[in-house]
Amino acid sequence: MCIGFEGVARLIKFLHKYGAPKRFYATSGRFLPWFAAITVILFVSGLYLGLYWAPPDYQQGDAYRIMFVHVPNAWMSMMAYVALAAFAAAGYIWNIRLADMLAKATAPLGASFTLCALVTGSLWGKPMWGTWWVWDARLTSELVLFFLYVGYMALQASIEDPRRAAHASAIIAIVGVINVPIIHYSVYWWHTLHQPASITLTKQPTIYLTMLIPLIVMSFAFMFFYLTMLLVRVRNEILVREKDAEWVRNLVEKDA
Amino acid sequence: MPEAMFSVRALSCARGDRVLFGGVSFELHAGEALHIRGPNGHGKTTLLRALCGLGRPLRGDIRWRGERVRDLGDEFYAVLAYLGHLNGLRDELTAAENVWTYARIHGGADCDGKTVRAALARVGLAAAAGRPARHMSQGQKRRLALACLLVVDRPLWLLDEPFTALDVASVGALVSLIEEHLHGGGVALIVSHQAFDLPGIRAFDLEHFVRVKR
Amino acid sequence: MRSSLLGAMRAVFVRELLLFWRRRTEVANVLVFFVIVTTLFPLAVGPERLELAHIAPGVLWVAALLATTLSLTQLFIIDYTEGSLDQLLLSPYPLTALVFAKLAAHWVLTGLPLALLSPLLAVQMALPDKAMPTLVLSLLLGTPVLTLIGAIPAALTLGVRGGGVLVSLLVLPLYTPVLIFGAEAVAAAAGQEFAATAHLSLLAAFLVLALAFAPLACASALRVSLD
Repeated sequence: MCIGFEGVARLIKFLHKYGAPKRFYATSGRFLPWFAAITVILFVSGLYLGLYWAPPDYQQGDAYRIMFVHVPNAWMSMMAYVALAAFAAAGYIWNIRLADMLAKATAPLGASFTLCALVTGSLWGKPMWGTWWVWDARLTSELVLFFLYVGYMALQASIEDPRRAAHASAIIAIVGVINVPIIHYSVYWWHTLHQPASITLTKQPTIYLTMLIPLIVMSFAFMFFYLTMLLVRVRNEILVREKDAEWVRNLVEKDA
Repeated sequence: MPEAMFSVRALSCARGDRVLFGGVSFELHAGEALHIRGPNGHGKTTLLRALCGLGRPLRGDIRWRGERVRDLGDEFYAVLAYLGHLNGLRDELTAAENVWTYARIHGGADCDGKTVRAALARVGLAAAAGRPARHMSQGQKRRLALACLLVVDRPLWLLDEPFTALDVASVGALVSLIEEHLHGGGVALIVSHQAFDLPGIRAFDLEHFVRVKR
Repeated sequence: MRSSLLGAMRAVFVRELLLFWRRRTEVANVLVFFVIVTTLFPLAVGPERLELAHIAPGVLWVAALLATTLSLTQLFIIDYTEGSLDQLLLSPYPLTALVFAKLAAHWVLTGLPLALLSPLLAVQMALPDKAMPTLVLSLLLGTPVLTLIGAIPAALTLGVRGGGVLVSLLVLPLYTPVLIFGAEAVAAAAGQEFAATAHLSLLAAFLVLALAFAPLACASALRVSLD
């Protein structure tokens, strides 16, 4: 038990040291071009594989190709919410300002993924169901997730004091992440009750390797896109929050 | 030199990302009081809220009888009484009901009608026990908030502008209540921009610790 | 110490009842809102009894949910502006317990009357008589969950501009599971497709979860808001 506590204490010390905004700003600046390059390469190859290399589906023709954007977005929307809650919790419990900033920077990205998943889902729905919107379990739970993101950002934006904003939105993020699985399964259950045997977006009993490969590449592309954008956003946030610090002033003067 | 009852070392507080003051240190022994002075906006209220645990200080060490108050947790609340710049009363409740609920919530389980009436009498509100707080003047409400402090026996008093809205006679009465509290071995921290006459009180000017560049 | 903790919780509870009693018109407003919202539906969709009966479970549940949300914006606000909330936080007793007492009082004054009033409105909505007990029971199990979860955003938005609308924005997505199972329970009882017990058990499970975690989260939220 003592070792456990000591380990945690050491981890927190480490986080405080490397999580100092100034240090993080310098380190992340070195990583950023690499992340951006990897993102571009993955997107180009993923899109090539998805749009040209993969054969058309025997039922849906070319319409299924929107999956290569829809599915990674849906995955990222949920992953980003878990990341958001994890960052927020770390910031709230251990008082790490960098974690607060990471959470704040994640929210709009996650909301965008959710929105993209909703829009592409609805676009995909048109050829499949003949209508833009169906209360499909996946889409519905994605919609509720979008509301959770909107609430988080609204709360964050309406509190002026950055520390209180971070802590208050951390609590709502933690409450949200506990609720996400409950909401998810409730919606699934509700859906099966009302629309038995309807077609869902995932009704692909076996997915061919030729489709799986582009899907995986695109998923990594979106993941690196998230990491790149997260770094860009958090670096901006650091500059805004530390605008009175000397190193930021030196940086701005050097650039000017 | 006996151990200090209440000691603060190198305390700094922030509002948002802006550091208000830093390096605040002092010690209070039984029977001592501190008058915290300073112009508006220097964080007097922030300091008091940090001391009683409502606010989170940036850095620093606050100890009660040698123990960190953060380690004491809720136990620390059992030794302090805080009078905020808000009275903490509800207009819909009568004077006696306000005092009674305060006592119960703060651990005065043995508080009965007699204790409540005695406390009200000491702040000169004996006749107003059944009157709703909404029908009271600002000064009377302030005295009612003070009566709440009297029903729970707490060694540490943290008072934020206690003299606001009080007339000359009431100021005198309050000063003698504080004196009585100090004689009983208690300590008190008083934030006030107003001068008052309490023998032996030390002044503490927050101005010297302000970190904000203006 | 324990008996005085109960004494403190009782004092919070009694204080809330007393305060609500002295401002009883405001409490009544929530119930009136509940009645008016449900009355709007027949006016909007027409008085056809079969159609009304079909939408009745959903309408009654959504109305109860909105009424609760409306009442939540008032839960802490006066205590916050008058400074009583500061004093509550400075109690030597665990804040979670005191918050629990306060929320219990809130439920007794909003959720409970809503549940008891619902059969009257259900008659208006042409809900079959056999579904009445399930309606009341589902609201008795569901409304405390609404109060418990809703108290967290209510605490977080104290002193924030646009707090009232923000509370609804934050809380309504969190209410979806309760809404789904609450309305479904009533629909099941009305149609006898399934037994409603499964839904009611799930509502009870939500209640247990909310009882375990919500007061703690709400207490943390209050500490953040008053920092």
